[in-house]
Amino acid sequence: MKTSLPQTNTFLGSLLIGGLLLLIALSFFWTPYDPLGLDLASRLKPPSIEHWAGTDEFGRDVFSRAMTGARISALISSFTVIIAVIFGTTLGLLAGYLRGWTDRALMTLTDALLSFPGVLLALGLMVVLGASQFGLVVALGLAYMPAVIRVVRSAVLSIREKEFIEASLVIGNSEFYTMLRHVLPNAIAPIAVLATSMFGWALLSESALSFLGLGVSPPTPTWGNMLASSRPYMETAIWLGIVPGICITATLLGVNLLGDSLRDYLDPRTNGS
Amino acid sequence: MLAYLIRRLVLTVPTFVLVAIAVFTLVRLIPGDPVQVMLGDAVDPSLAELYRTQLGLDQSVPVQFFYWLSHVAEGDFGHSISNGVAVLPLILQRFTVSASIVLVAVILATMIAVPAGLTAAWKQNRSLDTGIVSMATILLSIPSFWLGLLLLIVFGLNLGWLPVVGYISMRENLGQALLYMILPVLTLTLTESGILTRMMRASSIEVLRLEYVTHARAKGLAESKVLMRHVLPNAFAPTWTMIGLIMGHLLGGIAVIETVFTIPGLGRLLVDSIYARDYPVVQGCLLFTAAIYMVINLIVDFCYPLFDPRVLAE
Repeated sequence: MKTSLPQTNTFLGSLLIGGLLLLIALSFFWTPYDPLGLDLASRLKPPSIEHWAGTDEFGRDVFSRAMTGARISALISSFTVIIAVIFGTTLGLLAGYLRGWTDRALMTLTDALLSFPGVLLALGLMVVLGASQFGLVVALGLAYMPAVIRVVRSAVLSIREKEFIEASLVIGNSEFYTMLRHVLPNAIAPIAVLATSMFGWALLSESALSFLGLGVSPPTPTWGNMLASSRPYMETAIWLGIVPGICITATLLGVNLLGDSLRDYLDPRTNGS
Repeated sequence: MLAYLIRRLVLTVPTFVLVAIAVFTLVRLIPGDPVQVMLGDAVDPSLAELYRTQLGLDQSVPVQFFYWLSHVAEGDFGHSISNGVAVLPLILQRFTVSASIVLVAVILATMIAVPAGLTAAWKQNRSLDTGIVSMATILLSIPSFWLGLLLLIVFGLNLGWLPVVGYISMRENLGQALLYMILPVLTLTLTESGILTRMMRASSIEVLRLEYVTHARAKGLAESKVLMRHVLPNAFAPTWTMIGLIMGHLLGGIAVIETVFTIPGLGRLLVDSIYARDYPVVQGCLLFTAAIYMVINLIVDFCYPLFDPRVLAE
C-alpha cells in the first residue's frame, strides 16, 4: 500500500500554519476578551461557552491570552529568523566568496559560537541584554547566526567554482554585482530550508526561556510564560497548562511539516527521505 | 589514525580559548558593578575598594582575563558571591545529576530510534513507514517541558504511581533515586527519539539505494543480514554525529526539564545564579557547559572512524 505522505504533510502543515496566521491576524483587531483584563469574580473557571479555554488565576480569558501570545511568539521568532538570516547570509557570502583570511577569521568565530549549545548562548546573552522582547530577538538571532553562516558559506564555495560565475566576471561585471546577482540567488534554497526550521527552533527557545522566566515577562502573554504560570494550578485548573502546550505543539508540527515539504520541493534528491 | 586524533585535539585548543574569551566578555558586559552587586548599595567606599583589589578588578581587562584563565586552568573557578562556595565542586556535583539523566535518556532514545528508523527506511512509503514517521514528527514537535508537565499530571497526580517533585541522589537511596529519575528520563527519551528516528531513516534510505546493497541482495543474502550487516553500520555514522549534538543541546537546555521536575541539576544552577546575579557561578556554568559540549564533540569525532573509516583516508 502506497501512501502519499508528502501531499498530506503539505496540506496538514498549511492548515496548521494557516490557522495560526488567521488567529494572529484576528488578534490585531479582536480578541474575545481583553487579554490583560482582570476579572477576579471568575477566577480559574473551566472552559465554557463564555470562556472557550477557561480563565486563569486572575480571571483573564485564556483563549484571548493564547491569541495575543501567538502574535508575540510569532513576531519574536520571525524577527529572530530575519536577524540571523540577514547577518548570517552577509557574513557567509563574504567568507565563501572572498576566502583567504576573511574566511579563516569568520570561520574561527563561527566555530567558537557553535561550541555553545544554542539555548545556552541565548541564555548567556539574555543575562547581558535583560529579559525583554528586544533582548530575546537579539540573543536568539545571534545564537542562530553561526548556523546560517556555515550553510551559506558551503553553498557559496561550490557555486563560485561554476562557469557562469566566471562568465559574469569575464563580461566585466564587478565582484560585488556577481556576488549579489549570481551567487546569492543560487544559495537561496538551503537558506529557505534552514530559515523554516529556524523559525521552529526560535519559537521553542522563546517558549523555553519565557517558561524559565528569562524571556517575555508577565503580564504580557506568551505561550511559554502561560505554561510557567500554570504550574501551581496543575491539579485544579488543568486547561491552563493544556492550552498553551497544544498551541506550541501545533505550531511546531506545522512548521516541521511545511519544512519537510519545502525541502522535498527545493531539493528533489532527498525526496521522501 | 593517530594523526587524525592529534590534529582534531590540537584544533580544540584555540576554539576553547575563544570560548573562554566569549564567556569572559559576556559576563563583563553585564550592566552594573560586580562589587556593588556583591555588597549591596549602601556600602563603605573603602571596603568596596578593598574587594576590587582582592578580585583583581582594578587591573586592566586583558590582565583580568589571563588572571581568570590561569585560575580556570588550575581548576579554580572562583567562589560563589551569594554563599562563598567554591564554584567548580558545586558545578561538578550538579553536573552529575544532569549528566545521568541526559546520558540515560540519549542511550534509550538511540535504542528506540535506530531500529525504528531502519525499519521505516526498509518499508519506505508503506503504512508502517508512514506510522513511524508521523509518530517521530509529532514527538519532534512536542516541547519537552510540556510533555514533562503532561506526564507529571498523568503519572504523578492522577495515577499517583511516581513522585511528583524532588530528587534523591543515588548515594542516598538507589531505588528511590531511580524512581525519581523515571519521568524526566522518559520525557527526554520520547522527545529526542523523534529527531534521531528521522535522522536514522534518512541515512538508511540513502544507503539502501547504493549498489552494494543491491549486490548483497543479488547474491541471495537474507534481508535481515542485508540490513544488519550492510545497511546499519553505514547508516549509523550520521546518526552518531547527531547523538553528540543532541547531548550537548540537552545539557544546554536541561534547565527547563529540571524546572518541571524540580531537579537540582546544572541547568537549574545556571538559571538560579542568573536570578541571584551570582556572576562567578554564571561564568563557571557557561564555560563548563561549553567545555563539556566540546569534549562530547571530540569523543564523537574520535569514535567516528569506527563507523566510517573513510574519514581517515583524507
